[in-house]
Amino acid sequence: MEVLSFLTDGVLLALAPTNLFLIVIGVTVGLFIGAMPGLGSVNGVAILLPITFLVPPGSAIIFLAAIYYGAMYGGAISSVALGIPGASTAVATTFDGRPLALQGRASLALVTAALASFVGGTVANVFFTLFAPILASLALSFGPPEIFALMLLAFATFVGLGGDDIPKTIFSICFGLVLATVGFDTISGEPRLVLFDIPGFLRGIGFIVLAIGVYGIGEMLWTIEQTRGEITTTNPKMTAKGMMSDTKEAVRRGWKGTWIGSLIGFFVGILPAAGATPGSLMSYGVAKMVSNTPQEFGNGSPNGVAAPEAANNSASTGSMLPMLTLGIPGSPTTAILLGGMVIWGLTPGPRLFVDESEFVWGLIGSFYISNIAALLINLAFIPLFIWMLRMPFTILAPLIFVLSIVGGFAASRSMHDLWLIVIFGIAAFFMRKFDYPLAPAVLAIVLGPIAEPTLRQSLLLSSGDPMIFFTRPIAGPITIIAIILILLPAIKLIRGSRRVEEA
Amino acid sequence: MRQGEISLAGLLALFSLYLMWKSTELPIGYIRGQGPGGGFWPFWLSFGMLLSCGAIAWNWWRGKSPASQSDDPIMDAFGWRTIIWVGGGLVAFVALIPIVSMYGAIALFLIYYLRFLGRHSWLLTLILATALPIGLFFFFEAAMLISMPQGMPFTQPFFDVMYDIIY
Repeated sequence: MEVLSFLTDGVLLALAPTNLFLIVIGVTVGLFIGAMPGLGSVNGVAILLPITFLVPPGSAIIFLAAIYYGAMYGGAISSVALGIPGASTAVATTFDGRPLALQGRASLALVTAALASFVGGTVANVFFTLFAPILASLALSFGPPEIFALMLLAFATFVGLGGDDIPKTIFSICFGLVLATVGFDTISGEPRLVLFDIPGFLRGIGFIVLAIGVYGIGEMLWTIEQTRGEITTTNPKMTAKGMMSDTKEAVRRGWKGTWIGSLIGFFVGILPAAGATPGSLMSYGVAKMVSNTPQEFGNGSPNGVAAPEAANNSASTGSMLPMLTLGIPGSPTTAILLGGMVIWGLTPGPRLFVDESEFVWGLIGSFYISNIAALLINLAFIPLFIWMLRMPFTILAPLIFVLSIVGGFAASRSMHDLWLIVIFGIAAFFMRKFDYPLAPAVLAIVLGPIAEPTLRQSLLLSSGDPMIFFTRPIAGPITIIAIILILLPAIKLIRGSRRVEEA
Repeated sequence: MRQGEISLAGLLALFSLYLMWKSTELPIGYIRGQGPGGGFWPFWLSFGMLLSCGAIAWNWWRGKSPASQSDDPIMDAFGWRTIIWVGGGLVAFVALIPIVSMYGAIALFLIYYLRFLGRHSWLLTLILATALPIGLFFFFEAAMLISMPQGMPFTQPFFDVMYDIIY
């Protein structure tokens, strides 16, 4: 009951006119920043951080959390409408969001994404409210072997995502992971894999460079070549009646993915260093695995949109938990929020809930209000995003190219990276022609920087013995599940080919 | 397509070998007291890429992949032409950025694409080629505080006028 009383106070604080105004502005700004390829919540929060010094810390964090929420909703818009994941958290949304848009069902994809995000956010808020301290201690029990086992589980779900050609999927995963190692060895500090001795590679290869290359350039070239430049979206329409029926369809065909995403997203989100990207990817993989119609995934399944979207919103709230209770940021955005809190004179950690309870509960209350505001604002803007899709393809295509290049530069500020985007785009086009799945490479480049240090730290802990991943109580079961998931498609394939031979 | 698939697999296998060789610039084994060397992770991943290329070639030889069963060309003349015009336009777009600035390159690329590839009217082309770079200028330089490349000195008068509006 004490929690309810605190929460009521927090919600009332969030509903104070100034705070409510900040929530609405924050969510709207976040939505548009998130919808822009190359820019995500981290940019919005970082850029607007100085503005927050004009208001009290309680209102400041509410404003930044609202931007964070808005950007998480906005990521889906770029994935569905442009086919470019604006942030790594929205990569999995592209798998089914884009096919739905190409079938003229962009409104269904966007409504599903909005509703799933809302449910994901709400479920995470409830967990956050009720179990924050207990979950924080659970998250602390995840050391390097557990995090690496989790990464292995994420890679295992890639194998399932890549289609039937397992060697090409494994190539794609390894390729993404190798690209993530370019630059400097984070442990020894020495230059590593500086390809062809070009100094630009010392800066490494960012996720956004590969993602924009693959989706913004490669995928567009592929679409132009396949459709010969004809309009590919089949007359997307947006009426009030249509939106109502889309809402009903989204609930009916997306509820399973929404719940899977909400739960997995939150628990992966609370783990330090994991965050929303592995959460959304695992949710997509699990939703596909438990679906009665897995063949629909990748071809425009509402569950395929709902699972990653529910997960990335749920994980965003989840990643606030270690930040507030332990002072450990779960994502780059929460790292900036943490920095802001320190500047405002607050000390994140176990004492925060006791010493600054009004601040903490005001923030938690604002999560609930931001989530509702984000849903309403997002739904209100859907017609605008649908209108974008009705443009002739010969106008939409150059706009996507321009946004890709300009967004790529905004993210990295390097001409070297722009050339890489073009090279990756052209390479992706030819690899796509020969059925190489490229989504696993994009996701691997995101998870690589988490996987490698945790593997090396684990092996250092065990003096080089890989059994550390099997013998620890949390890491063991996760590793075994991951190995089974990796082997499952291979076993199915072998059994299938034996049956064919017997027949 | 059949020829193309094995050629691409061969090319990727060569790239994998290059990455393996490049990884050995740092230790690839276990160093007592320090854990696996800096080259360990990329070396074995590149080896994984090489093995995958071997498996792709094996599937190709058995005719298991759709491309390995097809004698069609990778693309017809129209496809090649389209890709060269669009891809070439993109290469020119990026090459022009250090010369005419990001915004100038956007305007030129839009004129090229909308007018010459898309065959839209001059009016629509010029409206978009002017409005989009200006809109992006205010979004990035004023709202997001991100400076885009300004090109060679001759573009400076344009930036002076635009910055006067912002500040």
